[in-house]
Amino acid sequence: MPGLAIQVERYSVVIAIGGIPVRVNTTDADFLELLQNRYAGFVSAKSDAEFEFDVDLSQSTFANRDADVSVRHRSGQWFMERGGFRAEWNPAKRSGTIHQTANAYSIDAVLRIVHTLLLAQQGGFLLHSASAIRNGKAFLFAGVSGAGKTTISGLAPADATLLTDEISYVRKQDEGYVAYGTPFTRERENQGENTSAPVAALYLLAHGLENRIEPLAPADAGRELLANLLFFAEDHEMVHRVFQAACDFVDRVPVSRLTFVPDARVWEMIQ
Amino acid sequence: MSRKLYVARSPRIAARRLGEEMLVMSGQGSTLFTLNPTATIVWQAADGATPLDEIVERRICPEFDVQPEEALRDAEALAEDLAKHGILLISEQPIATAQPRTQEKP
Repeated sequence: MPGLAIQVERYSVVIAIGGIPVRVNTTDADFLELLQNRYAGFVSAKSDAEFEFDVDLSQSTFANRDADVSVRHRSGQWFMERGGFRAEWNPAKRSGTIHQTANAYSIDAVLRIVHTLLLAQQGGFLLHSASAIRNGKAFLFAGVSGAGKTTISGLAPADATLLTDEISYVRKQDEGYVAYGTPFTRERENQGENTSAPVAALYLLAHGLENRIEPLAPADAGRELLANLLFFAEDHEMVHRVFQAACDFVDRVPVSRLTFVPDARVWEMIQ
Repeated sequence: MSRKLYVARSPRIAARRLGEEMLVMSGQGSTLFTLNPTATIVWQAADGATPLDEIVERRICPEFDVQPEEALRDAEALAEDLAKHGILLISEQPIATAQPRTQEKP
């Protein structure tokens, strides 16, 4: 019987984080709009992308919404899963599929995982840290929740450009590192600027009664950095890469403890 | 007569000296360990072919001014502890294994 066909509209958006463009395809116009709003500063005007994901919104429920994230490598593909999404990604084919409901949190989690895997291959990483550019140099402020990342970001002077108040994007470049802005934040209004600068220093945040900077011994710096890295893959090869990337970083970048009182004078020490 | 014990670095471990300390990370569970100076010597010498008593005699006794028998007892306990964490392999036979990547600054 001729002529019976359903044409499904396909929408795409290219999200470029850390200079890596990823195309996301969907058949749902409302979801496309959600993505365009969520990643507003990071939507690329170019259609070229290094990787591509189709988003399948047809699965309305997932077995265990509270399940921990699982990232496994099998037969050349990465399989990512958490309560709320399931995704497959084949880096060699540069494509993958994300099964989720129409929400920003799930795709945000997938993008974070994908970028941690890409960065690990290149000697970089995602880090629980705020970061900002001042005088052409990027400064990272790492710490667990409550350490002061949002506080120090909020105290940044007008001449500082905030890259993120939550998750920093660090790429290895030549003998140094470059920090990029990220959209990875809980609050849309706290999204970082989509720009980058060479990393000048990493500070481990601590609250105190005075502002002071104390250099850390290399092993302490390595332990602290590793404790603040985002990494999900249960794959010993990738774990080794991330470990060596962290050690390389502390070999090349000054790492200090920054104890601060919550007022703007702390930025006098960040130049 | 005490048994001969051979030790080898687990190939599933990544290690790196940072400053004065040796950090090792297990690929399983991403667990990070810091080796003390004695453990670092055993780790570095654990090639699977050199018996532990030889490592103790040549490397540990001169470094720490300790009696060989006492040092060997401590080293055996240490090796078994490191093996429990998957950092070392131990055997009463020489061990042939691919060695993990240990990077040290030149």
